[in-house]
Amino acid sequence: MSKVKTKKMTLVQKRMRSGYMFILPWLFGFLVFYVRSLIMTVQFSFSELTMDPNVGGYALESVGFDNFIYAFRAHATFKQVLTTSIGNMLVDVPLITFFSLFMAMLLNKKFPGRFLVRAIFFLPIIFNSSAIQSAMELSEAMMSGGISTMSSELSSGAGTGAGAVVSIDYFVDLFMDLGLPMALLDYVMAAVQRINDIISASGVQIIIFIAALQSIPGSLYEVAKIEGATGYETFWKITFPMVMPHIITNVVYTIVDSFTESEVVTLAYNTAFKQFNYGLSSVFSLVSTIITCVILVVVVGFIQKRTFYYN
Amino acid sequence: MNQYIESFKATLRDSDQRKGLFNDVKNLAVNIVRFAIIVGVCYVILSPIIGIFVNSISSDRDAYNPMVYILPHNPTLERYQLVWERIEYLPTMAKDLLYTVSLMAIQILVCSMVGYGFARFEFPFKKLLFGCVVVMIVIPSHTIMLPIYMTFKDFDPLGLCTLIFGDSLNLMGSPIPMYIMTVFGCGLRSGLYIYIFNQFFRGLPKEIEEAALVDGCGTWYTYFRIMLVNAMPSVITVAVFSLVWQFNDTFYAKLFLISEDIVISNKISSLQATIANTDQILDTTIQELYLDAGIMLVVLPIVLIYILLQRHFIEGVERSGIVG
Repeated sequence: MSKVKTKKMTLVQKRMRSGYMFILPWLFGFLVFYVRSLIMTVQFSFSELTMDPNVGGYALESVGFDNFIYAFRAHATFKQVLTTSIGNMLVDVPLITFFSLFMAMLLNKKFPGRFLVRAIFFLPIIFNSSAIQSAMELSEAMMSGGISTMSSELSSGAGTGAGAVVSIDYFVDLFMDLGLPMALLDYVMAAVQRINDIISASGVQIIIFIAALQSIPGSLYEVAKIEGATGYETFWKITFPMVMPHIITNVVYTIVDSFTESEVVTLAYNTAFKQFNYGLSSVFSLVSTIITCVILVVVVGFIQKRTFYYN
Repeated sequence: MNQYIESFKATLRDSDQRKGLFNDVKNLAVNIVRFAIIVGVCYVILSPIIGIFVNSISSDRDAYNPMVYILPHNPTLERYQLVWERIEYLPTMAKDLLYTVSLMAIQILVCSMVGYGFARFEFPFKKLLFGCVVVMIVIPSHTIMLPIYMTFKDFDPLGLCTLIFGDSLNLMGSPIPMYIMTVFGCGLRSGLYIYIFNQFFRGLPKEIEEAALVDGCGTWYTYFRIMLVNAMPSVITVAVFSLVWQFNDTFYAKLFLISEDIVISNKISSLQATIANTDQILDTTIQELYLDAGIMLVVLPIVLIYILLQRHFIEGVERSGIVG
């Protein structure tokens, strides 16, 4: 009888079994689609793969490190694409993190029209599609009045055409005269030029930070107020340490996100499905994944050391 | 007038009142700065959308008129008419929404189940397995795209398909691979949803379940009738995320070569070529206007759903413990 059988199990064992039952679909999927696929990707990268359209399936021929050597020594664009992607990511991550923290703090305050503003802020999450994005960039350029102005702007170089556009060069010269380091100026310039990318990439991060800010107990702020702390001190002594764990979450999310949308992915996709060089494509994916993971470990380790955990 | 100045002077003399005035001025300044920043950022977000809308209703002459800014002189709905026909809007959109919503439902069910399993049950290797969920979030999906492509191109689990159909199945071009992956908790960003649900369930009081257990409620019944109902904030969060991301997804749609009739954003990518070839509109600038109309049509249902759900969504995000 089955009833006798179940009675023999202790409650702990029973809970254990139901626990496994709950995660079973995912566990199966993870083993089949992730673990197996990762092993296969590694395998592909060390071999030459030929598809056999008649029989179906594929044949592998081991070529050792040839694919890796080709990717780094002979391939025309891989190294360049990889370094640009990493460079862009390194510029974007701190900017997105701090911008979203700043915006979250603004949005967390109570003010009229708060719901409308929040709804607008999460719109970029909705428009997060490559087809829409490219059209948006175009229309953004057109916003400066008619299409003809856009083309004249393009022909005379970005930023200098059309009288309505503020000349950035003037300000750059101004700051250079003030003796600001060029590297810093370049960084700020890059940030200003990419403001749209940064805003549209920080929707989820703003959400995470708003949730984090709301989870800070109000009593901490009350105490700080009674003790006479200024807003500046309150931020650095309470708000910042309290959201620190979520900064890790956000940095991880931003790094992963910026890599999934980077040029490397496009390159790997095209190599596999347009040039049918599967081995090389696996090398691209693998190398970029390893680099992402190394960056993640370094960055998370770096932040974690300085993180304060409330509980 | 004089008495105002007198009272103002009196205010300045009294130190307490002076402080109050100073604070008022400071608050006002802070508010103005905050308002300016918020309006500015909102403009940056909204301007491309306004631009797309304006382009989609402007006529050929407006497009070349440099005087036209935001308000077209001769607004026209002609672009929408043509695009509506060319992308077969209603049937395609219905199919796409069916595909997206069904995947969303599966995501919610599977991911909440897994999240609940991790949050409430003790079993060996739990830490390690949850680490695997995090790995799933972190590993970019392009790393595993080739093997997955191979798997579904010659789909033959345990030789079953060969046994039944005599040959392995080629599932490319159909949405079946996406469904299979989602059912097994490996769909688009499933790792993130599992994480969200796990964090939420961990925050719920254990007493609810204990009460259910005492009343003789089974594990599955508890999960479906009690926990899932209580998890409404995170259900809405995951629903909006998965709906939007699935709708916009081009990576898996391209990988599995899912037909244009099901994924409308793929149709948008080829819309410009369609307009050029079928309707002989060869001016690329004018083609762009049609493309903009197409984009407006495509995002319309998602924006409507978002507007309907956004209040719950934002509240849900705040309470769902997305961060833990």
